[in-house]
Amino acid sequence: MKRLSGNREMLLVVAIVALVALIALRFPPFVTPGNLVNVYNDSSILIILALGQMAVILTRCIDLSMAAALALCGMAAAMVNAAMPGLPIPLLILIAMALGTVLGAFNGLLVWKLDIPPIVVTLGTLTIYRGLIFLLSGGAWINAHQMSPAFKALPRLNLLGFPVLSWLSLAMIAIMLLVMRRTPLGRAFFAVGGNPHAAVYTGIDVGRTRFLAYCLSGMLAGLSGYLWVSRYAVAYVDIAAGFELDIIAACVIGGVSIAGGIGSVAGTVLGALFLGVIKNALPVIDISPFAQMAISGTVIIVAVAVNARSEKRKGRVILKKAEATHG
Amino acid sequence: MRTKPAIALEGISKSFPGVRALSKVSLALHPGSVTALVGENGAGKSTLVKILTGIYQPDEGVIRVDGAPTRFPSASSAARAGVTAIHQETVLFDELSVAENIFLGHAPRIGPGLIDWRKMNADARALLARVGADLDPSIRLRDLGIASKHLVAIARALSIDARVVIMDEPTAALSHKEIHELYELVDRLKADGKAILFISHKFDEIFRIADRYTVFRDGSMVGEGLIAETTQDDLVRLMVGRDIGQVFPKQAVAIGEPVLTVSGYRHPTEFEDINFELRRGEILGFYGLVGAGRSEFMQSLIGITKPSAGAVRLDGEVRVIRSPADAIAAGIVYVPEERGRQGAIIGLPIFQNVTLPSLSRTSRAGFLRLAEEFALARDYTARLDLRAASFDQDVGTLSGGNQQKVVIAKWLATKPKVIILDEPTKGIDIGSKAAVHAFMSELAASGLSVIMVSSEIPEIMGMADRVIVMREGRIAARFERDALSAEGLVRAAAGIREAA
Amino acid sequence: MADVQRADGHGADGQRVARHIPDRREGRAARMLKGWEALLVAVAAAIFLVNSFASPYFLDPWNLSDATFNFTEKAMIAFAMALVIISGEIDLSVASIIALTSTAMGYAVQLGFDTPALVTVGLATGLLCGALNGALVTGLGLPSIVVTIGTMSLFRGLSFIILGDQAFTGYPASFSWFGQGYVWWVFSFEFCLFLLFAVVYGVLLHRTSFGRTIYAIGNNPTAALFSGVRVGRVKFLLFLLTGLMSAVAAICLTARLGSTRPSIALGWELEVVTMVVLGGVNILGGSGTIPGVVLAALIMGMVTFGFGLLNVPGIVMSIFIGLLLITVIALPILYGRLRRRVTH
Repeated sequence: MKRLSGNREMLLVVAIVALVALIALRFPPFVTPGNLVNVYNDSSILIILALGQMAVILTRCIDLSMAAALALCGMAAAMVNAAMPGLPIPLLILIAMALGTVLGAFNGLLVWKLDIPPIVVTLGTLTIYRGLIFLLSGGAWINAHQMSPAFKALPRLNLLGFPVLSWLSLAMIAIMLLVMRRTPLGRAFFAVGGNPHAAVYTGIDVGRTRFLAYCLSGMLAGLSGYLWVSRYAVAYVDIAAGFELDIIAACVIGGVSIAGGIGSVAGTVLGALFLGVIKNALPVIDISPFAQMAISGTVIIVAVAVNARSEKRKGRVILKKAEATHG
Repeated sequence: MRTKPAIALEGISKSFPGVRALSKVSLALHPGSVTALVGENGAGKSTLVKILTGIYQPDEGVIRVDGAPTRFPSASSAARAGVTAIHQETVLFDELSVAENIFLGHAPRIGPGLIDWRKMNADARALLARVGADLDPSIRLRDLGIASKHLVAIARALSIDARVVIMDEPTAALSHKEIHELYELVDRLKADGKAILFISHKFDEIFRIADRYTVFRDGSMVGEGLIAETTQDDLVRLMVGRDIGQVFPKQAVAIGEPVLTVSGYRHPTEFEDINFELRRGEILGFYGLVGAGRSEFMQSLIGITKPSAGAVRLDGEVRVIRSPADAIAAGIVYVPEERGRQGAIIGLPIFQNVTLPSLSRTSRAGFLRLAEEFALARDYTARLDLRAASFDQDVGTLSGGNQQKVVIAKWLATKPKVIILDEPTKGIDIGSKAAVHAFMSELAASGLSVIMVSSEIPEIMGMADRVIVMREGRIAARFERDALSAEGLVRAAAGIREAA
Repeated sequence: MADVQRADGHGADGQRVARHIPDRREGRAARMLKGWEALLVAVAAAIFLVNSFASPYFLDPWNLSDATFNFTEKAMIAFAMALVIISGEIDLSVASIIALTSTAMGYAVQLGFDTPALVTVGLATGLLCGALNGALVTGLGLPSIVVTIGTMSLFRGLSFIILGDQAFTGYPASFSWFGQGYVWWVFSFEFCLFLLFAVVYGVLLHRTSFGRTIYAIGNNPTAALFSGVRVGRVKFLLFLLTGLMSAVAAICLTARLGSTRPSIALGWELEVVTMVVLGGVNILGGSGTIPGVVLAALIMGMVTFGFGLLNVPGIVMSIFIGLLLITVIALPILYGRLRRRVTH
């Protein structure tokens, strides 16, 4: 697999290292281990979400509803916690993930069974899920004092120098690496996006594979919902509004082709990290945090231009002598 | 030949809204035998393949595997029963590795359902060796040529231990040499005891490799038997239900002055040193193997790709053509080879397809005039004997032959001086073929200059006044009509020297 | 030039059979009845009826006039967006173009520009943004969905860099007429502009050869190119148009609000796309009509207004719009399946 997708990831690693080095020139403390752990920790939720989005985009679909699903699951988790502070947190996480899976499954069913274009489906569910948060909460905020201490503490809990939030994202990366590379489902994601027509002939159910990709992205959105709400210790209707575009941006920067079939876990993680580094670096090198949006916009455009160049098919070389120089 | 069939279809029927695609057809495929399936486009061949591979379910009839009635509710169930298909355009996955392309859907597993990459690569290597391909199983498929991709597809067929192999026009995109390698492979598969269904439009190859034949016409089976006991003429008669001699309706035309002069055309990677003249009333044939650079050159003539050097003169005047729009304005039009992708605009009605390049004539100050559009469409399609329900019908609902007529009408409506037809009869039924040939003759007779790119020797020999043969991006030979011979064409195209 | 192909064509087997092919299979009325627009008219009528029964204030002309403001600006962008989507592309940066355009105009106000100059600055900014999108999509051949997600961040990001958490105010009184003025009786300038653009875009798409090439490109860009359509140029123009229409919307919106913040028109891109898709434009390109988009705009406007009268919060209304979007697209699919099952 290294031979299949090595270059893109290397390019990103070089870009990130160069970026960090540049930042370190202006602000050396940025590269202390403690701060780097912070930067990673800060990117963790984006990494988890981007992995789910990657699976969906690989199958030639898109999930615009991820941030709304995150907010809905986060609100649900916070409300359950406020109502039943005694409920064990792992159970609460499972509830959030289950709810996320249901939301993802709803997207997936519409795409699978009704053949509605994915962008339309998730555009619709994006507004529906946001609206549901309002119906659920009545527009009220769940604040820090309504959440149990355990609820808020878990992501911050330090294990072997890393917060649990970071450990969770590392675990998700490991699981997704295994799923994408070693399971038939993971390979089916690639096959369905690369050539849906041929996938049918190899016995892969295209619709069902897309459905499962949406379930996966929903489940990861559910997990992220709990993490987001507990980390920032607040839940309201508009949390993570607009974040769906950051998630897609992370994938695009990571080399996931919007046309499906091309992408990797490593690239996606690096794409999310790249955005995380920028977001954390701006304040320390005296660039207004307001510039972050414009910078990530520019990065997305550059990334997609670079990807397009590397994806471009080699033209057929017919002339013999040209073959020697081009082939 | 009295073996028991590996798979047998009995009384299979399949209907779609408004069409009866198959009507009570039967077909038996025997181990160690190649059955050729022939029929015009739309005769039901592809529906049959889809039923055999579990994509479609028959409305009635029985599929028997080793004599036992079986159902294929999905593609994977057909694969499990040992039926596999290799398609016209090799349907595989460009971004996945060779090994995965071979094993997708049935990869070797270890532990709790995890894919065993090491075993998969090793097994892939062994299978590739069996089909005589020396390929690294871990490279990406997109880095392979079309012939190697075919070998991967065949290795895939072997990997699922297929007992029935369906080959749907497998040689359509292959070069001369690759075709012969494929024949050898078919012979090997036969020797291995596979039952092979071979779908082809090329009679020479059917008679080269098939043992039995089955002929479909309009969704029904109209004949079957042993290849050894039939002739090409008999098969053609069964296919079309009437006698069609291979007569090309070539009219004698007085060739006039040069219309198009191409000099010094070259491209960094695709062709070089292309020089020729095209005269009024002439049909100039371009022959060559697939991939000789003919289409690439023709597309550069109309501004799709940019040549690095070269000049075009039209009626003696130098013309600079940077886009198809410039070419149309200059009077050069190109009827592309890939009808579905480059020719017809599926989704738009017939009349809008016809008028698209001529909109400046059927509109006033940019505003459309529908009456003039319908008139133009009616005028030009009538000459080609188009069969359609109405002019606002989606062109995608027409048969391949009628789509091609719409596409040709579209180009003629621009009133060109030079028309380039790239494989004008590829993949269309015999009736439409004859209509296109007759029309081509008329065009030349009426003073148009025609360039015909074709890979079919009978068509080249039947229609062309002069022939240019291209090989590896260069002009390899030129023939006048009276010096044409099939052997000479093949030798020039393949680069075989005359024995001294 | 003489028509050189006038040679008498005859068919394959020598005999010429005159086969009459009619221009159209069914009349105009039949086609309209089956169309998407008919469904939308029915939905619009139903919502209108429900609204007029639900609230006594609904049928008041001034109330209705006020209600138009909640869709006119979005609808003006939706017309241009419809063309872009029919051509097989999408522009998600429209709301950010509004933000940048509004910011540019606010900046110009600080420099003491008068109303005509402000409008010029606004339109020029919109055109520049559209040109950048168009150049990236057609010049570099990048997928428009990703490009415009990028420029969406870029354009609004530039507003944030210029404004931070500040706001521009102090627009001249003559400028605010664009958002608050009335042409005649209850007919606001914005509503009249909406009607004007509906006609202009309807004619452009359905009655000109430019409109025809948009459909051709959306259905098969390669074949359109081979047919002499200048695909790149057409797409570039379409991105210019969405930039321009976003600028027009920005002028109206800024004039109506009287101030500019970088978060202006946040999330509008999705509402505009929803409007276009609800109007029957195929998100994958190739089909759709302007009358459909007009009806969708009216429906969304009436729903918003009706819910507003009933004191339903805006966010709940968005659930309804989301459901409407999915249902209106799912219904014909389900109906088609049901019919096929019955006929079999």
